[in-house]
Amino acid sequence: MVNDYRIQGDTGEWEVVIGLEVHAQVVSNAKLFSGAATAFGAEPNTQVSLVDAAMPGMLPVPNRECIRQAVRTGMAIDAKINRWSRFDRKNYFYADLPQGYQISQLYHPLVGEGAVTVLLDEKDEGSARTIGVERIHVEQDAGKLMHDQHPTMSYVDLNRSGVALMEIVSRPDMRSPGEAGAYLRKLRAILRYVGSCDGNMEEGSMRADVNVSVRRVGGPGEKEAELGTRTETKNVNSVRFVMAVIEHEARRQVELIEEGGAVAQETRLFDPDKGVTRTLRSKEDAHDYRYFPDPDLLPLELEDEFLAACRASLPELPDAKRKRYEGLGITAYNAAVLTADVESANYFDNLLDGLQRPEFAPDAANWVISELFGMLNRTGRDISKSPISVRQAAELLSLIADGTISKTIAKQVSELMLDENSGHFGDDPTRIVETRGLKQTSDTGQIDARIDEILAANTDKVAQYKAGKEALFGFFVGQTMKAMAGKANPAVLNERLRAKLAA
Amino acid sequence: MSDLTSKAIADLRSGFRSGDFSAREVATAYNAAVAAGRALNAFTVETPEIALAAADAADAARTSDDLKPLSGIPLGIKDLFATEGVDTTAGSNILKGFKPPYESTVSGKLKAAGAGMLGKLNMDEFAMGSSNETSAFGPVISPWKRRDGGNAALTPGGSSGGSASAVAAGLAAGATGTDTGGSIRQPAAFAGICGIKPTYGRCSRWGIVSFASSLDQAGPMAKTVRDCAILLEVMAGFDKKDSTSLDLPVPQWESGLSSDLKGQRVGIPREYRIEGVPVEIDALWDKGVEWLRDAGAEPVEISLPHTVHALPTYYIIAPAEASSNLARYDGIRYGLRELGDGGLDGLYASTRAAGFGAEVKRRVMIGTYVLSAGFYDAYFTKAQKVRTLIKRDFTQAFDRCDFILTPTAPSAAFALGDKSSDPIAMYLNDVFAVPASLAGLPAMSVPGGLDAHRLPLGLHLIGRELDEQGVLNAALAIEERAGFTHRAEKWW
Repeated sequence: MVNDYRIQGDTGEWEVVIGLEVHAQVVSNAKLFSGAATAFGAEPNTQVSLVDAAMPGMLPVPNRECIRQAVRTGMAIDAKINRWSRFDRKNYFYADLPQGYQISQLYHPLVGEGAVTVLLDEKDEGSARTIGVERIHVEQDAGKLMHDQHPTMSYVDLNRSGVALMEIVSRPDMRSPGEAGAYLRKLRAILRYVGSCDGNMEEGSMRADVNVSVRRVGGPGEKEAELGTRTETKNVNSVRFVMAVIEHEARRQVELIEEGGAVAQETRLFDPDKGVTRTLRSKEDAHDYRYFPDPDLLPLELEDEFLAACRASLPELPDAKRKRYEGLGITAYNAAVLTADVESANYFDNLLDGLQRPEFAPDAANWVISELFGMLNRTGRDISKSPISVRQAAELLSLIADGTISKTIAKQVSELMLDENSGHFGDDPTRIVETRGLKQTSDTGQIDARIDEILAANTDKVAQYKAGKEALFGFFVGQTMKAMAGKANPAVLNERLRAKLAA
Repeated sequence: MSDLTSKAIADLRSGFRSGDFSAREVATAYNAAVAAGRALNAFTVETPEIALAAADAADAARTSDDLKPLSGIPLGIKDLFATEGVDTTAGSNILKGFKPPYESTVSGKLKAAGAGMLGKLNMDEFAMGSSNETSAFGPVISPWKRRDGGNAALTPGGSSGGSASAVAAGLAAGATGTDTGGSIRQPAAFAGICGIKPTYGRCSRWGIVSFASSLDQAGPMAKTVRDCAILLEVMAGFDKKDSTSLDLPVPQWESGLSSDLKGQRVGIPREYRIEGVPVEIDALWDKGVEWLRDAGAEPVEISLPHTVHALPTYYIIAPAEASSNLARYDGIRYGLRELGDGGLDGLYASTRAAGFGAEVKRRVMIGTYVLSAGFYDAYFTKAQKVRTLIKRDFTQAFDRCDFILTPTAPSAAFALGDKSSDPIAMYLNDVFAVPASLAGLPAMSVPGGLDAHRLPLGLHLIGRELDEQGVLNAALAIEERAGFTHRAEKWW
């Protein structure tokens, strides 16, 4: 198990307890309570309705699509969907918050308890850990302040104001940076499978508040009730940073306690340049948000029909897909890699469909992971922009499967397809094989002739082989294949070579 | 009052349609009355050109036989309604000069129905007040004077005081009001006119500056019950831009008017007989019962046991919602901005200190307090529970009766300054009006008679949810029998 993350302090070992609040922007073409658009990167204040700017007398109207996406997300983590939920106002003043309150759900969230299962080791089902999700509620995002537009004033961009967010609140179930990272990656994968959030952390459409506390190993605090005082580090926007926050916070807290101090319950900010967290506000400075039910909105009541449609629209989720792939003989590791992201999984599913040879699935998985992913990585391309289309990949793999080309030749062909200067960039593999004459041959006359040449040129090695140095067989195979420019059918070549050496 | 400005909307409508006068003549007469009536301080903005444009459109429509329900009718619009391109301030300095780029649903419906707008009507700041003295534009003066030898300026009530004064003085044929805890009914009673607050959700709140969202409701104020029915029919209706708006067809209230109350029972709540109410108000109440009996209704005594808690409950819920609704007036995007010490908190503090009046500040502070950690359950949660009990009182009462009759207010109009230093005394003005607001029920004030000083007194009818027709019909029966034709003598 990887679950033995410990902080080695001066006075003993410490365990770290982690909970994450993930804010995920809902994929929808309109905001949570207004018809305004939600495009990322638009000119400031161009995606703003009268409601988002909180003009006098403007009222919120819930956007059904945002609710639907949050419900589907809840269903994807097996959570309880609350048929009756309600919106509350969280009141505070800030220049990026036009209404002077954020519409959120404190008392009656849309989604109740669920869980996310993560593998700490992708090769080992035994490393599975279940991370509890306490709730998912929907809420409005705030706008953005711009401090670099004017020497003495700050500007406000309300494009993001009112955009729908899901706040996914985990239980304090994680015990290491690795677990937190695995949870975040898995959650991101699920959101992207469901299509409720694009999971783009760089653009801020997914960010996490990281709650960290520490307690002594073997101390009285093995139960949840006995957690240490936690800090909350706000708005961390990558998996790597989340893990860095945990490492830093855990060490900082242990040192603080061992020096005789106490952890203050406070809100902190992460400085990615220095890799440290610092105090944003202490508990004493915490806002009194004066939550109360939003009187502009009626409670949200979900009907059976709506829920059934949400459920019916769910795709096959990562865990189910992984199990299906393993059932096709794909290794646990490969299945985990292929299902880690919805784009790769979709590519692979479409490839299997095109290939129509389930028995060839493990080879296809190998090719996708070692050849395609390897090349995409080298060329810095995303799977969605792969120069080898699903159809072409299926064609290439069919050529291997029916013995037209060898895996070695296949590798050459894919390289040609991916190389913008090869003259074959984006060409169909069949065409490349034909124009370059790469077809594999099983012509025994041709193969025999080459074998004879190789054996004649290496009489000393033939003697050694016959004297018992059987490892030289590979040498003869390699030399013959080289002489045939890799086009010999390996099975035929092996068979003929063995026969000749035995003669 | 010229002949035209003394007419009811129904009479203006028929006179205009039959060609007795043009819409332009009507608008011109009203524009002149508005200009001549500035001593009443009923308008915050006068828009004679808008009234004339609508009148010309109405005259053209009459020629082309394309008349709309309110063609030729000039109205005043309470300043709480956003009116496109026309100052909308909610009676507050914090919105002084604010011209919305949008039109409230209700005022838009009136416009679309052909009505003209004479101007925006003065009101208590953010509709918080019962005497119009909290307005940043100064108090509205009632056209009525006491017959006591003095010359005290009287309040028209509030918060829709400008609406009440304008209609009573013939400065508008009718007006929009809003009612959160009596803001249509109490001023209607003080000014000797009719006003109805429909069922919560009948009229869209979209574009009306929010005071307390769960209570705010628009309604008409006019000289007669029929006029109220005519206006309400246009103002009401589902609006998908307001989540709390009711998705129901609008009944034809005007054609449904009938003062025959045979077979109906009128509930007389014993809890509404309270200490300190002038005997003439109790006497008028008794008279009202007799009028309704005469119209065929059977009086039954009912009990609304939680009435005594209504006012405190209201003064928790309404300020709580207001404290949050008014957070948007922060000096950042529109309205007044005072930079203060330059920091963000300083900007907020200076802007709101300068922009809000004392009563608004009081209610924002009360609301903030009752929502605060540690007080929320004791105040807000408990108030919500009591509100539920008050609603249940009415539900149970309506098992025994079809509508309820009470006085509208515990006194006639009082002099400006009389209660402005005593908030509690001021809040007591709405003691009879607030329970129906908390329950979201339709309720109406209709003039019943005059007190010893010859000031108007109103009777108050509360109906079942969605039964505006029942309320209007009972009010009509009283109107026919009370014979209230008194008008304030012109002194302005």
